[in-house]
Amino acid sequence: MASLQNVFNISSSAMSAQSQRLNTVASNLANVDSATSSSGQPYKAKQVVFEATPVGTSGHQGVKVNKVIEDQLPPRMVHDPANPLADKDGMVAMPNVNATQEMVNMISTSRSYQNNVETMNAAKTMLQRTLTIGQN
Amino acid sequence: MDKLDALFDFNATALRVRAQRQEILAANIANADTPNYKARDIDFAASLKKALEANVASAANNAAVSSNGNMSLATTHGKHIPGGTGGVNEADLLYRPLIQGSVDGNSVDGEVERTAFVDNAIHYEANITMLNAQIKDMTAALSPTS
Repeated sequence: MASLQNVFNISSSAMSAQSQRLNTVASNLANVDSATSSSGQPYKAKQVVFEATPVGTSGHQGVKVNKVIEDQLPPRMVHDPANPLADKDGMVAMPNVNATQEMVNMISTSRSYQNNVETMNAAKTMLQRTLTIGQN
Repeated sequence: MDKLDALFDFNATALRVRAQRQEILAANIANADTPNYKARDIDFAASLKKALEANVASAANNAAVSSNGNMSLATTHGKHIPGGTGGVNEADLLYRPLIQGSVDGNSVDGEVERTAFVDNAIHYEANITMLNAQIKDMTAALSPTS
């Protein structure tokens, strides 16, 4: 019983890590055209780094977000002389967000999240079956 | 171990090992995107055998039922290493052989893990069915009207 209950802890840690990843994807996609920010620099794409971490009493590995890193790729230079942020050549530094990569990330996140929901549901069914031992 | 315990021992132990394996597989699925995580699993047959032997040994030693209700080896000296409760421990965890590597060093193969997970869940339910049948048999044998 205790092992099966720990499945909930493991899966929920993974689900919370994946939703944090989905948050960064949403943030990156929302800011795909944010040429400036509070620091005056174009927005930098953010990525989460996952880390396996023991959860519960058994020491099996759940997931947590170890850190959120900023993508170090150079900004995307766009020619737009009318933009007040343009330099003397008429180029504007745009965020280094790769929309294709973010979309792929989003699908992958969604699938992983679903996997963990399925895991949790299976554990729930097993626990409920366990409670019926000896009832008939 | 009395006869009733001995009767239920096999299925109860199998259920416990199955539940522990389910947890290990859930951890693999949870860490499908974690860099450098290596998928783990147990050799079910070997683990079950070990757990059953541990049960028999602890019953034979008449090891006292410890305060938390688990059967464990008696430690009569301060430097004795406490024995396990016949469950799966770190030493039983094996690494799954790598079929196809990935750049981030993660060795979880989603299909393999999910198949193992479902397979394990079905075996668990089958075990419960067996256990229920045994309980039914015993109830029939013990009931006064038959």
